Amino acid sequence: MNFRKQATLAGVVLFGASGDVALSRGMKSVGALSLSQWSQVIHAIFTPWVVVGIILLLGFFVSYLSALSFADLTYVLPATAVGYILMAVLARFFLHENISPWRWAGIALIALGVGFVTAGPAKTATARGVQGHPPPPVGSA
Amino acid sequence: MTNWHYTWGSILAVVVFSTAGDVLTSLAMKQSGDVGHLFHNNGLWATVKVVVGNVTLWIGVAFMAMAFFALLFALSWSDVSLVAPASASLTFIANAITAKIFLREQVDRQRWLAAILVAAGVALVAR
Repeated sequence: MNFRKQATLAGVVLFGASGDVALSRGMKSVGALSLSQWSQVIHAIFTPWVVVGIILLLGFFVSYLSALSFADLTYVLPATAVGYILMAVLARFFLHENISPWRWAGIALIALGVGFVTAGPAKTATARGVQGHPPPPVGSA
Repeated sequence: MTNWHYTWGSILAVVVFSTAGDVLTSLAMKQSGDVGHLFHNNGLWATVKVVVGNVTLWIGVAFMAMAFFALLFALSWSDVSLVAPASASLTFIANAITAKIFLREQVDRQRWLAAILVAAGVALVAR
Protein backbone atom coordinates (compact mmCIF):
# COMPACT_ATOMS: atom_id res chain seq x y z
CA MET A 1 0.00 0.00 0.00
CA ASN A 2 1.92 3.03 -1.27
CA PHE A 3 1.29 6.71 -0.56
CA ARG A 4 -0.96 7.21 -3.61
CA LYS A 5 -3.28 4.42 -2.50
CA GLN A 6 -3.35 5.63 1.09
CA ALA A 7 -4.13 9.18 -0.07
CA THR A 8 -6.96 7.83 -2.25
CA LEU A 9 -8.50 6.00 0.72
CA ALA A 10 -8.09 9.16 2.86
CA GLY A 11 -9.95 11.10 0.14
CA VAL A 12 -12.82 8.61 0.31
CA VAL A 13 -13.02 9.16 4.08
CA LEU A 14 -12.76 12.97 4.10
CA PHE A 15 -15.07 13.72 1.15
CA GLY A 16 -17.61 11.12 2.26
CA ALA A 17 -17.91 12.34 5.86
CA SER A 18 -18.07 16.06 5.01
CA GLY A 19 -20.51 15.41 2.13
CA ASP A 20 -22.93 13.52 4.36
CA VAL A 21 -22.82 16.22 7.03
CA ALA A 22 -23.55 18.93 4.43
CA LEU A 23 -26.45 16.92 2.93
CA SER A 24 -27.93 16.35 6.35
CA ARG A 25 -27.80 20.04 7.15
CA GLY A 26 -29.47 20.89 3.85
CA MET A 27 -32.29 18.37 4.21
CA LYS A 28 -33.06 19.62 7.72
CA SER A 29 -33.91 23.00 6.23
CA VAL A 30 -36.13 21.40 3.57
CA GLY A 31 -38.26 19.38 5.97
CA ALA A 32 -40.11 16.11 5.46
CA LEU A 33 -40.61 15.02 1.87
CA SER A 34 -43.70 13.08 0.86
CA LEU A 35 -44.23 10.60 -1.96
CA SER A 36 -47.00 12.70 -3.49
CA GLN A 37 -44.94 15.87 -3.90
CA TRP A 38 -42.08 15.22 -6.31
CA SER A 39 -41.56 18.92 -6.97
CA GLN A 40 -40.25 19.20 -3.41
CA VAL A 41 -37.46 16.78 -4.31
CA ILE A 42 -36.33 19.02 -7.19
CA HIS A 43 -36.51 22.00 -4.84
CA ALA A 44 -34.43 20.09 -2.25
CA ILE A 45 -31.61 19.45 -4.74
CA PHE A 46 -31.03 23.20 -5.19
CA THR A 47 -30.83 23.99 -1.48
CA PRO A 48 -27.34 25.53 -0.88
CA TRP A 49 -26.14 22.95 1.67
CA VAL A 50 -27.44 20.11 -0.53
CA VAL A 51 -25.45 21.60 -3.46
CA VAL A 52 -22.30 21.71 -1.27
CA GLY A 53 -23.00 18.14 -0.20
CA ILE A 54 -23.38 16.97 -3.81
CA ILE A 55 -20.06 18.65 -4.82
CA LEU A 56 -18.25 17.00 -1.88
CA LEU A 57 -19.84 13.66 -2.72
CA LEU A 58 -18.58 14.02 -6.33
CA GLY A 59 -15.07 14.25 -4.86
CA PHE A 60 -15.92 11.20 -2.79
CA PHE A 61 -17.04 9.35 -5.92
CA VAL A 62 -13.83 9.99 -7.88
CA SER A 63 -11.66 8.77 -4.98
CA TYR A 64 -14.02 5.85 -4.36
CA LEU A 65 -13.81 4.67 -8.00
CA SER A 66 -10.02 5.01 -7.91
CA ALA A 67 -9.90 2.95 -4.71
CA LEU A 68 -12.10 0.24 -6.25
CA SER A 69 -9.72 0.04 -9.22
CA PHE A 70 -6.89 -1.24 -7.00
CA ALA A 71 -8.69 -2.81 -4.03
CA ASP A 72 -11.60 -5.17 -3.30
CA LEU A 73 -15.05 -3.84 -2.42
CA THR A 74 -14.90 -5.82 0.84
CA TYR A 75 -11.60 -4.03 1.60
CA VAL A 76 -12.53 -0.47 0.61
CA LEU A 77 -15.85 -0.33 2.49
CA PRO A 78 -14.62 -1.42 5.97
CA ALA A 79 -11.29 0.44 5.56
CA THR A 80 -13.04 3.72 4.83
CA ALA A 81 -15.46 3.27 7.76
CA VAL A 82 -12.94 5.50 9.60
CA GLY A 83 -15.26 8.22 8.27
CA TYR A 84 -17.83 7.39 10.97
CA ILE A 85 -15.18 7.91 13.65
CA LEU A 86 -14.23 11.19 11.97
CA MET A 87 -17.87 12.33 11.95
CA ALA A 88 -18.25 11.56 15.67
CA VAL A 89 -15.02 13.43 16.48
CA LEU A 90 -16.12 16.41 14.35
CA ALA A 91 -19.47 16.44 16.13
CA ARG A 92 -17.67 16.30 19.51
CA PHE A 93 -15.22 19.16 18.89
CA PHE A 94 -16.99 21.43 16.41
CA LEU A 95 -20.66 20.95 17.24
CA HIS A 96 -19.99 20.26 20.95
CA GLU A 97 -22.20 17.19 20.86
CA ASN A 98 -21.95 14.81 23.77
CA ILE A 99 -20.63 11.37 22.84
CA SER A 100 -22.36 8.68 24.90
CA PRO A 101 -20.56 5.52 26.12
CA TRP A 102 -22.56 3.60 23.47
CA ARG A 103 -21.07 5.81 20.78
CA TRP A 104 -17.54 5.31 22.11
CA ALA A 105 -18.21 1.55 22.08
CA GLY A 106 -19.38 1.82 18.46
CA ILE A 107 -16.27 3.82 17.54
CA ALA A 108 -14.08 1.13 19.18
CA LEU A 109 -15.82 -1.63 17.17
CA ILE A 110 -15.39 0.28 13.90
CA ALA A 111 -11.71 0.87 14.68
CA LEU A 112 -11.30 -2.85 15.40
CA GLY A 113 -13.05 -3.79 12.13
CA VAL A 114 -10.88 -1.36 10.17
CA GLY A 115 -7.79 -2.88 11.82
CA PHE A 116 -8.89 -6.39 10.87
CA VAL A 117 -9.48 -5.66 7.19
CA THR A 118 -6.44 -3.43 6.65
CA ALA A 119 -4.16 -6.09 8.16
CA GLY A 120 -5.09 -8.37 5.24
CA PRO A 121 -4.50 -8.02 1.49
CA ALA A 122 -6.26 -5.19 -0.39
CA LYS A 123 -7.05 -7.31 -3.42
CA THR A 124 -7.86 -11.02 -3.53
CA ALA A 125 -9.52 -12.39 -6.65
CA THR A 126 -9.92 -10.64 -9.97
CA ALA A 127 -13.54 -10.58 -11.03
CA ARG A 128 -14.72 -12.78 -13.89
CA GLY A 129 -11.29 -13.42 -15.32
CA VAL A 130 -10.47 -9.73 -15.54
CA GLN A 131 -6.79 -9.19 -14.84
CA GLY A 132 -6.11 -6.12 -12.75
CA HIS A 133 -2.65 -4.84 -13.74
CA PRO A 134 -0.55 -4.13 -15.56
CA PRO A 135 -3.26 -3.01 -18.00
CA PRO A 136 -2.71 -3.31 -21.74
CA PRO A 137 -1.77 0.03 -23.31
CA VAL A 138 -4.87 1.73 -24.70
CA GLY A 139 -5.06 1.80 -28.46
CA SER A 140 -2.43 -0.89 -28.95
CA ALA A 141 -4.82 -3.18 -30.84
CA MET B 1 -48.45 4.16 6.09
CA THR B 2 -46.90 5.46 9.26
CA ASN B 3 -43.74 7.45 9.80
CA TRP B 4 -42.07 4.16 10.81
CA HIS B 5 -43.01 2.53 7.50
CA TYR B 6 -41.71 5.47 5.48
CA THR B 7 -38.46 5.55 7.45
CA TRP B 8 -37.62 1.83 7.28
CA GLY B 9 -39.08 1.38 3.79
CA SER B 10 -36.75 4.07 2.48
CA ILE B 11 -33.81 2.68 4.51
CA LEU B 12 -34.41 -0.75 2.90
CA ALA B 13 -34.53 0.90 -0.53
CA VAL B 14 -31.20 2.64 0.23
CA VAL B 15 -29.62 -0.72 1.21
CA VAL B 16 -30.83 -2.58 -1.92
CA PHE B 17 -29.98 0.21 -4.37
CA SER B 18 -26.60 1.05 -2.87
CA THR B 19 -25.53 -2.60 -2.68
CA ALA B 20 -26.39 -3.06 -6.37
CA GLY B 21 -24.59 0.20 -7.16
CA ASP B 22 -21.47 -0.72 -5.12
CA VAL B 23 -21.12 -4.20 -6.59
CA LEU B 24 -21.63 -3.01 -10.20
CA THR B 25 -19.18 -0.08 -9.89
CA SER B 26 -16.67 -2.36 -8.18
CA LEU B 27 -17.01 -4.84 -11.07
CA ALA B 28 -16.53 -2.02 -13.59
CA MET B 29 -13.41 -0.71 -11.83
CA LYS B 30 -11.95 -4.21 -11.55
CA GLN B 31 -12.43 -4.46 -15.33
CA SER B 32 -10.71 -1.09 -15.87
CA GLY B 33 -7.75 -2.03 -13.69
CA ASP B 34 -5.72 0.25 -11.40
CA VAL B 35 -6.34 3.80 -12.62
CA GLY B 36 -2.95 4.79 -11.21
CA HIS B 37 -1.23 2.40 -13.62
CA LEU B 38 -3.57 3.41 -16.46
CA PHE B 39 -2.76 7.07 -15.85
CA HIS B 40 0.97 6.37 -15.67
CA ASN B 41 1.01 4.31 -18.86
CA ASN B 42 -1.56 6.07 -21.03
CA GLY B 43 -2.25 9.53 -19.60
CA LEU B 44 -5.36 11.17 -18.19
CA TRP B 45 -7.57 11.24 -21.29
CA ALA B 46 -7.13 7.54 -22.05
CA THR B 47 -7.78 6.68 -18.39
CA VAL B 48 -11.02 8.69 -18.34
CA LYS B 49 -12.07 7.03 -21.62
CA VAL B 50 -11.52 3.53 -20.25
CA VAL B 51 -13.42 4.29 -17.03
CA VAL B 52 -16.43 6.15 -18.46
CA GLY B 53 -16.63 3.87 -21.50
CA ASN B 54 -17.69 0.96 -19.31
CA VAL B 55 -21.48 0.42 -19.44
CA THR B 56 -21.42 -1.54 -16.17
CA LEU B 57 -20.19 1.61 -14.41
CA TRP B 58 -23.20 3.59 -15.62
CA ILE B 59 -25.68 0.92 -14.57
CA GLY B 60 -23.99 1.03 -11.16
CA VAL B 61 -24.20 4.82 -11.10
CA ALA B 62 -27.92 4.63 -11.97
CA PHE B 63 -28.46 2.40 -8.92
CA MET B 64 -26.40 4.81 -6.80
CA ALA B 65 -28.58 7.69 -7.99
CA MET B 66 -31.68 5.76 -6.91
CA ALA B 67 -30.00 5.07 -3.55
CA PHE B 68 -29.30 8.81 -3.25
CA PHE B 69 -32.96 9.75 -3.79
CA ALA B 70 -34.05 7.04 -1.37
CA LEU B 71 -31.56 8.51 1.13
CA LEU B 72 -32.91 12.05 0.66
CA PHE B 73 -36.37 10.63 1.20
CA ALA B 74 -35.32 8.76 4.33
CA LEU B 75 -33.50 11.83 5.71
CA SER B 76 -36.66 13.87 5.33
CA TRP B 77 -38.57 11.36 7.47
CA SER B 78 -36.01 10.71 10.14
CA ASP B 79 -32.75 11.94 11.69
CA VAL B 80 -29.46 11.43 9.90
CA SER B 81 -28.22 9.79 13.12
CA LEU B 82 -30.65 6.92 12.49
CA VAL B 83 -30.83 6.83 8.69
CA ALA B 84 -27.13 7.05 7.80
CA PRO B 85 -25.84 4.42 10.26
CA ALA B 86 -28.80 2.06 9.81
CA SER B 87 -28.56 2.02 6.03
CA ALA B 88 -24.74 1.95 6.06
CA SER B 89 -24.64 -0.83 8.64
CA LEU B 90 -27.01 -3.08 6.69
CA THR B 91 -25.26 -2.21 3.42
CA PHE B 92 -21.92 -3.49 4.83
CA ILE B 93 -23.42 -6.93 5.42
CA ALA B 94 -25.32 -6.98 2.10
CA ASN B 95 -22.14 -5.95 0.27
CA ALA B 96 -20.00 -8.65 1.89
CA ILE B 97 -22.51 -11.30 0.76
CA THR B 98 -22.93 -9.98 -2.79
CA ALA B 99 -19.20 -9.28 -3.29
CA LYS B 100 -18.46 -12.90 -2.40
CA ILE B 101 -21.14 -14.24 -4.79
CA PHE B 102 -20.90 -11.87 -7.74
CA LEU B 103 -17.37 -10.44 -7.54
CA ARG B 104 -15.78 -13.70 -6.31
CA GLU B 105 -13.85 -11.77 -3.69
CA GLN B 106 -12.28 -13.99 -1.06
CA VAL B 107 -14.32 -12.91 1.94
CA ASP B 108 -12.34 -14.86 4.53
CA ARG B 109 -12.98 -14.97 8.28
CA GLN B 110 -10.98 -11.78 8.77
CA ARG B 111 -13.13 -9.84 6.30
CA TRP B 112 -16.40 -11.21 7.64
CA LEU B 113 -15.29 -10.17 11.11
CA ALA B 114 -14.35 -6.73 9.80
CA ALA B 115 -17.72 -6.29 8.05
CA ILE B 116 -19.68 -7.43 11.11
CA LEU B 117 -17.62 -5.35 13.58
CA VAL B 118 -17.98 -2.24 11.42
CA ALA B 119 -21.71 -2.84 10.92
CA ALA B 120 -22.23 -3.29 14.68
CA GLY B 121 -20.06 -0.27 15.45
CA VAL B 122 -21.95 1.90 12.98
CA ALA B 123 -25.26 0.78 14.52
CA LEU B 124 -23.97 1.68 18.02
CA VAL B 125 -22.74 5.10 16.92
CA ALA B 126 -26.37 5.76 15.95
CA ARG B 127 -27.63 5.44 19.51
